[in-house]
Amino acid sequence: MKFINFISNLDKRWIYLILALCIIIPFLFPVGFPMKTTPPVKSIYDFIEDSIPEGGVVLIGADYDPSTMAELHPMAKVIAAHALSNNLRVLFVTLYPQGAGMAQDAIDNVLKEWNKSNPENQKQLGKDITLLAYVPGVSAVVLKMGEDITQTFNEDGYGNKLSELEVMKGIKNYNDINLMVELAGSSVVLTWLIYANGRYGLKMGIGTTAVSAAEYYSYLQSKQAIGMLGGLKGAAEYEHLLDKKNVYGGRKDASIGMDAQSSAHIFFIILIILGNIAYFVKKRKEGK
Amino acid sequence: MFLRRTLPLLVSAIFGIALILQFFVPHPASKSFYNLMLDWLIIVSAFTYLIAVQSTVELHFTKIKRKVEGWQYSIIVLVSLFVTALLGVFGGAFMPTTLWMKIFPSVKPTDTTPLMYTYLYMQMPMQSTIFSLLAFYMASAAFRSFRARSFDATLLLVTAGIVTLGRVPLGEFIYKGLPDVVEWILKYPNMAAQRGILIGVQLGIIATSIKIILGIERKYLGGGK
Repeated sequence: MKFINFISNLDKRWIYLILALCIIIPFLFPVGFPMKTTPPVKSIYDFIEDSIPEGGVVLIGADYDPSTMAELHPMAKVIAAHALSNNLRVLFVTLYPQGAGMAQDAIDNVLKEWNKSNPENQKQLGKDITLLAYVPGVSAVVLKMGEDITQTFNEDGYGNKLSELEVMKGIKNYNDINLMVELAGSSVVLTWLIYANGRYGLKMGIGTTAVSAAEYYSYLQSKQAIGMLGGLKGAAEYEHLLDKKNVYGGRKDASIGMDAQSSAHIFFIILIILGNIAYFVKKRKEGK
Repeated sequence: MFLRRTLPLLVSAIFGIALILQFFVPHPASKSFYNLMLDWLIIVSAFTYLIAVQSTVELHFTKIKRKVEGWQYSIIVLVSLFVTALLGVFGGAFMPTTLWMKIFPSVKPTDTTPLMYTYLYMQMPMQSTIFSLLAFYMASAAFRSFRARSFDATLLLVTAGIVTLGRVPLGEFIYKGLPDVVEWILKYPNMAAQRGILIGVQLGIIATSIKIILGIERKYLGGGK
């Protein structure tokens, strides 16, 4: 009974402290549990790997901000790196003002790491990859891109005329985009699915936070999305797949975070079990 | 009355009906009209930012003026707002502006701009930190509130436990088939429920849209009854 009383009256600061340790310690002493690749992740990887011809275009929607970057930023980097490894062109687009900074950071990181790992196959901003300028309007922007991408943005995020950029050669609208992967933790994913996929038939993949992933399974089943990266685990699975190709030496942010997430999840389950034991023992005692 | 009520209702009705009809008319004129409407939507959206800035400034300015509790924070908000805007306008978003490079000759076109610097080293850590606090509240809430009080609650508890464990490699290490079980839960029972909710929501959106176009739903005009 002493233990039950201790559990029932446990100060929440102890919970905070243990959770902090559960997250910090695995970063210092990583274990690296093996991981199975789930089919929704594999289908996006396979599509980029096998179904897009050299010089094809992958559009990445960076519709997230620093609050969800832990889960979504590794996805942006690893998908961009994978596309570059197949000599595909990468366009970043954002419907959120804050997404522009995220996309810019992802591009900087990927280019730096790629050029460091592949000195014989250097990639350039404006030639292989760029960020389309931020334009307000959300659904109007998605619809306008279906008509004419250059007219929608005019410039890339760095102030260059899109019509003069090599990366934009032959790209008029969604018909010239081979795959769009939308990364967001909000309902903006639906905007892309409804307007870009529904109206213009743009082939799409989804990258979202673990908590939002459950919402999009109906779109996977209806084949409106070819695959999905759900949360940090989805990003880590993709990193493992790309790692097998051995072409990109960038930091594997998601894989590094998986041990911390594992221990935090286990701690959550222990807390729920302990809380319920205390609840039932107390309830039984009160019943007597 | 005409400008505040009748005109907005007329604009909604005319353009709502016109855009629905446009979708079914594959004529070049219809296409041009559609493109023009999209351009207008983008322009109008840009102006909403001005309203947002005006509203934020007014709110915080009033707080400072009336010295309400925590008014000092409003000063930080306003200073941050104007400093960030100035850095963006004069320093450039991703590439330093020529003006910036003239003022600071050591700045190169490839340098990180002041705006990007504030984004990377101020906003990014601050916003990530605030959001990460959620994990601590969730842990505390899971411990105190997640109880198997009824059959429904137990079902939710067990499912949540399986999904939580199955979404990390440690769960797979404990039981190899766990990711498949999670995938099944998400793909069938979850998807069925989500689809039901989704159909309901979309029907609601269609009904509301029709009510707005026909002028039955007028709450968006504001001003109470």
